[in-house]
Amino acid sequence: MTIQRRTMLKGLAAAGVAGAAAPFEMAAPALAQGAPFKIGLMTVKTGPLAQGGIQMEQGLLTFLKEKNNTLAGRKVELVVADTGGNPAGAKTKAQELVEREKVNVILGPLAAFELLAITDYILQTKTPLVAVAAAEDVTQRKANPYIIRPTTTSAQCCHVMADYALKELKFRRAATISEDFAFGHEQMGGFQRVFEEGGGKVVKKLWPPLVTPDYTPFIAQIGNVDVVFSGFAGSNPVKFMRAYADLGLHGKTPLMGGWTFLDDALLKSLGDEALGVLSGATYSATYESESNKRFVAAMQKDYSSLPGGYASGMYIGGMCVESALALAGDKSSDGTAFAEVLHKIKMEDTPRGPFTIDHLGNAVGAVFVRRCERKDGQLVNTVIKTYPNVSQFWTYPEDEFLKSPVYTRDFPVSKNLEN
Amino acid sequence: MKRRLPSMTAALVVVAAMATLPLWLANTYYINVASQILFWAIFALGLNVLVGYAGLTSLGHAALFAMSGYTAAIVVTAGGAHLLGAVAAIAMTVATAAVFAVLALRATGIGFLMITLALGQIVWGIAYRWAALTNGDNGINFKTRPQPFGIDLTSAPAFYYAVLLVFLTAVMTMAVFVRSPLGAAVRGTRDQPRRMTALGYNVWLVRFAAFLLSGFWTAVAGLLFLYYNQFISPQVAALQTSAEALLMVISGGTATILGPIAGAAIVVVMKTVVSAYVERWNMVLGIIFVLIISFMPDGLVPGISRLVRSMWPQRRSNVTGERAAKAASEARP
Amino acid sequence: MNLWLVLAINSVTLGGLLFLLSAGFSLIFGLMRIPNLMHGSFFMLGAYMGSAFLKQGLGFWPAALASAIGMAVLGGLVERLLLRRLAGQELAQVLLTLGMSFIIADACLMIWTGDPIQPATPPDLRGAVTTAGLVFPIYRIAIVGVAVAMAVALWLLIDRTRIGAMIRAGVDDAPIARVVGIKVSQLFTLVFCLGAALAAFAGVVGSPYLSIYPGLDAEMLPLALIVVILGGAGSLLGALLGSFIIGFLYNFGQALFPDLAYVILFVPMVLVLVLRPQGLFGRAAL
Repeated sequence: MTIQRRTMLKGLAAAGVAGAAAPFEMAAPALAQGAPFKIGLMTVKTGPLAQGGIQMEQGLLTFLKEKNNTLAGRKVELVVADTGGNPAGAKTKAQELVEREKVNVILGPLAAFELLAITDYILQTKTPLVAVAAAEDVTQRKANPYIIRPTTTSAQCCHVMADYALKELKFRRAATISEDFAFGHEQMGGFQRVFEEGGGKVVKKLWPPLVTPDYTPFIAQIGNVDVVFSGFAGSNPVKFMRAYADLGLHGKTPLMGGWTFLDDALLKSLGDEALGVLSGATYSATYESESNKRFVAAMQKDYSSLPGGYASGMYIGGMCVESALALAGDKSSDGTAFAEVLHKIKMEDTPRGPFTIDHLGNAVGAVFVRRCERKDGQLVNTVIKTYPNVSQFWTYPEDEFLKSPVYTRDFPVSKNLEN
Repeated sequence: MKRRLPSMTAALVVVAAMATLPLWLANTYYINVASQILFWAIFALGLNVLVGYAGLTSLGHAALFAMSGYTAAIVVTAGGAHLLGAVAAIAMTVATAAVFAVLALRATGIGFLMITLALGQIVWGIAYRWAALTNGDNGINFKTRPQPFGIDLTSAPAFYYAVLLVFLTAVMTMAVFVRSPLGAAVRGTRDQPRRMTALGYNVWLVRFAAFLLSGFWTAVAGLLFLYYNQFISPQVAALQTSAEALLMVISGGTATILGPIAGAAIVVVMKTVVSAYVERWNMVLGIIFVLIISFMPDGLVPGISRLVRSMWPQRRSNVTGERAAKAASEARP
Repeated sequence: MNLWLVLAINSVTLGGLLFLLSAGFSLIFGLMRIPNLMHGSFFMLGAYMGSAFLKQGLGFWPAALASAIGMAVLGGLVERLLLRRLAGQELAQVLLTLGMSFIIADACLMIWTGDPIQPATPPDLRGAVTTAGLVFPIYRIAIVGVAVAMAVALWLLIDRTRIGAMIRAGVDDAPIARVVGIKVSQLFTLVFCLGAALAAFAGVVGSPYLSIYPGLDAEMLPLALIVVILGGAGSLLGALLGSFIIGFLYNFGQALFPDLAYVILFVPMVLVLVLRPQGLFGRAAL
């Protein structure tokens, strides 16, 4: 008796699966030019990382709307997958996009640990992927030929910020504070390397967990330094800056950070505690290019939100797909050929300005140093210096850079730590 | 007893259907979903030994599930063989289950739930923060699936068959367990602990054994999870995972063998398949959970069969019909 | 900056916030015998509702009050419509609150999106105290004041009023309370509303320094659990002391033993559950 019910349940499950398999697509009349080109977006719409993930989707939707779902003359179809912001979810969703939806290219995912969890799978299934997640080795020591990253590695902007702190601001003593995961380690490592090789000292390294209700126990340990460099992401910068100001450090010890630390999309959640904070990013909502003006206006209109790195990353990711489609032509549906072409694109007018992709797949382009200011009552990130043509290797020769291990919590080795 | 024969036939049909699944589900994605359902079902079956048969609701089983995956991942990453990793994982997890049991079995009911919850949080805290051991939030990448007897498990169907084999073993073990004197004793400690003591049973020891059996199958499921995802990170040990496993057991029906399997199927299909179409799948999961607890407290499998029986009472003996009616009326306050 | 002193002061302020969060949790646990696993969700939803009231132009404290009232209504509905159906089945009730926490979390994400919200500190309490080179925000110290005031008010309610006497009777022995004519089921609703309101109030009070974001619920719930397990269900004094103990463990643990910070938090909980299930200050057996 009990076992008969299983038969029924199996039947139900199978029926459920079959029903669910009905295609989900952007309502678009099929054109007579063959199958649409399928883009899979891996993003995060639930959980603590949802803020950036929702921006990613908005950025890509803005681009596709502007192009009327047609890139380089070919109809495109978008499939959006929510990974839930965790590695196992990322793997499951990658499988869904590749095996069930048979997408031609994946955009995303958001977080470094998600990208690291699927990079082997991407290689195995020969699926081109345009990343926003910053995990260094995906375009370095374990370069994946199917992945390009038109945004930035974790450390790419931090190398720049270290240079700026040393040369322009003459800072010599720094403390670093960031989440205790790959993205934080790599950002802080990049800052420390350039800062210490240029004569500075990182005297304190603090690693709060990703989820920290109150940063006070960490901020209290910062001590006497010229600058605090931070790599917080998601909603954490908002909490951190408030606690930092509450403890009387705002205006006393300057704050600097990577791009997620003061992403343009966070500005609306912040107040005076963000004033004067410097951040290094490959994108600025104030950047004066035709495409960026269109992009910012569309985002304001459709979502009444100022785009930041996640939204622009996906808008630019869409542009990369468009360029590659134009170059690859008939070969677009061949994963390997399309990935090769993605490495060859040269972008001119994009929201972040012109950039190219190096042979390992990472963008070479401008990095902006921005200062948070109040203009007409609104917080803005004003670009105060532009470093052109920054590569993921900073000024180091590529082979030398790749010989040293990837940045971790303990590399570069800290020789200047004080208690 | 007469019903044994048709049910055997049905069992054979189901097993045949499952065995040929990769043939009629051409898409590897769905084969992978089936694999996931199977190893989550093993987890749920393991948890059900405690929740269903022993009446001890654990909210810390994700810790055991993750403990198994982490142990194997750490051993293999450090250069150990897959077999060593698997054995170490199961040994370590069963040992941890023993520690959990010693601590948690000082209480029953809510107290048991709270202790297992706290123990689960400790393991999660270690996975999350002790980065030197567990690689923290970055998780551990598990390079290759094992190759038992030289069989390559990389492809979706190959892995599915391997999981199916383990799954069928788990189901058979459960069937044997339920009918065994131990199974009867475990149920006895759930329903009549005092009488069991009076009958000379060591209630604590019976529960301890149930905890170990539960821990063993949880460990096996954790290993399969690791082999499937080739990745493990602290989220696996989080309260959410414990809650989802519990949802599988309770939604399907506690103290049945089919229940946890059905529950695993529901939750996995919700998470993987339905989440592609329903953005608010977390809410749907929560609503299902609340509805089942409120209106079908004994779960879908017993609930549906009760419904079926109450709709066609003439097919069953009057006794069953009465029992169903009584159960149905009890479900309402 | 003196690390030890800052940590110590911060421990006390976190303790104050934790008391606001867990006082209601403790009352519910004490009376209804269930750990309310949506208490973190009440905290988060309360904070979100408070931010919505603030946006409408309400002052900080009126917004906190409005949010607390709103949550009391919501808590009452949950108790009347859902928990009531499962009266007597404590495990099912716990699981129901767990399911509800999923629903509330997703509803918040749907309504308020994932963007973090950080309400401004109330104007009168901005700024910081500076003594001996040590800077500490006034607002956080004020939270301790609010917590102490709340503790006194709750103590008066529980200890000096008729309702309080009934609640105490219910906590001590619900069946006997029923026998002497106390409508325990109405008390359940009342206490559940009160607990939900307190959690929401704590959420609004905490929001200027914790900020509000998806996942806040899951961070606060375990803290409330530990506090109440340590202090003993139903004991206000226990909740107060437990809050400060956890405030210290949390701050010093994070700073001194970051690898084991969570182990340090949860080990005392296990020890108390195993060795003294009624909590350090609780009377009733669990």
